[in-house]
Amino acid sequence: MEQRDSGGVAWSDPGETPIAYLREGAGAHPPLDSPAYKSTLLRHPREPLLYLPQTLTEITGPALGDAARIGALDHDLTRQHAGAPIGERLIVQGRVFDTEGKPLRGTLVEIWQANSAGRYLHKHDRWEAPLDPNFSGAGRCLTDDDGRYRFVTVKPGPYPWGNHHNAWRPAHIHFSLLGRAFTQRLVTQMYFPSDPFFPYDPIFNSVRDERARERMVASFNVHETVPSWAQCYEFDIYLRGPAATPFEEEL
Amino acid sequence: MIFATTPSQTVGPYYAIGLPWPDGPCVVPAGTPGAITLTGTIYDGRGAVIPDHLIEIWQADPDGRFADLRGAGPGGPSRVEGFRGFGRAGAEVGDGSYELLTLKPGRVPGPGRRLQAPHVDVSLFARGLLHRLVTRIYFADEEAANAEDPVLQSVPAARRGTLLAQPRAGGYGFDIHVQGPHETVFFAV
Repeated sequence: MEQRDSGGVAWSDPGETPIAYLREGAGAHPPLDSPAYKSTLLRHPREPLLYLPQTLTEITGPALGDAARIGALDHDLTRQHAGAPIGERLIVQGRVFDTEGKPLRGTLVEIWQANSAGRYLHKHDRWEAPLDPNFSGAGRCLTDDDGRYRFVTVKPGPYPWGNHHNAWRPAHIHFSLLGRAFTQRLVTQMYFPSDPFFPYDPIFNSVRDERARERMVASFNVHETVPSWAQCYEFDIYLRGPAATPFEEEL
Repeated sequence: MIFATTPSQTVGPYYAIGLPWPDGPCVVPAGTPGAITLTGTIYDGRGAVIPDHLIEIWQADPDGRFADLRGAGPGGPSRVEGFRGFGRAGAEVGDGSYELLTLKPGRVPGPGRRLQAPHVDVSLFARGLLHRLVTRIYFADEEAANAEDPVLQSVPAARRGTLLAQPRAGGYGFDIHVQGPHETVFFAV
């Protein structure tokens, strides 16, 4: 394709950088104005988002896979302290793909979560559940050549919050993915199957489409569950892939 | 087959246990010649500060080259020692402010083979933001380049000023208003 040219300047790109990424439909992500989630009230723009062409700045992305950033035990949240944390030991693993199904290698995956009692190791978390001296709740790793990541952790507990009467967050693990380009940046939450709090949670339900919500729910994998050691949940993540046809103004 | 993307969710109030890095705010190492600070404050729709925000930036170096993962871009990867191109600040300092250390970017090609004015791409995350907000920082003292920038010129003139960082001791100041009469321009990318 003659499209590997932006601004009439030759690329040094080895051939992995799409010239433009898929533009997502209105329902792909939750609306910023989601009244049931009260914190959105004063934090959503009222003006419409303006169209940003995907220039070099948007289709490039940082290399943050340096060894210094990833510690040897950063992927194992159960081995970051002197003892083992309390809770159900889990393997949380999956693959990161683009929307064409191509695995994304070398992308930074960062997670953070509450402990098994639903308490975060954060100064503003006032939920009266115990902290666990053996659990910090943060991890990071890079995807391998097949786009795979793998964490060992404990199952986070649900916890109450102040959004509405008797509000509880379903158990979840926060995920941050850098992607390979500015356009691919994603922060999301991974949920567990059949959580009883799903119908009442305005953050989960801010994603209006039921099938889209299901894409945030991990699946239990008995085959990867390790006997007498840890349950396995699989969570595949899809980031935006190349646009089939770049827009004219982006060439 | 085209797969659907995983939906975005908020970073929530406790991202600080996982996302900030000690060297996050340093797009270049401290002491890099020519380094500038980008500083500012994030405000909500009532003009109150947003202390629990995480801001990320991505930009070219002063020669218009990127520290790209794959070395992509015209002229190849950045040749500036230690230039990472990426910054992340989320210190929860309490007053809603942020500070990043970087180099002023150069010009890079844009739509229609026109050069863009120096700019920095921004992602903003916070509790109450179900999806990141994307904006761009331009520089108020780049009047000639700004006047021919295809993206900046596509913004209604009355709102263009919300994208201009103002010179300040040691660098530039850029506040973000997520809502309200001074609402910053945000983009769909």
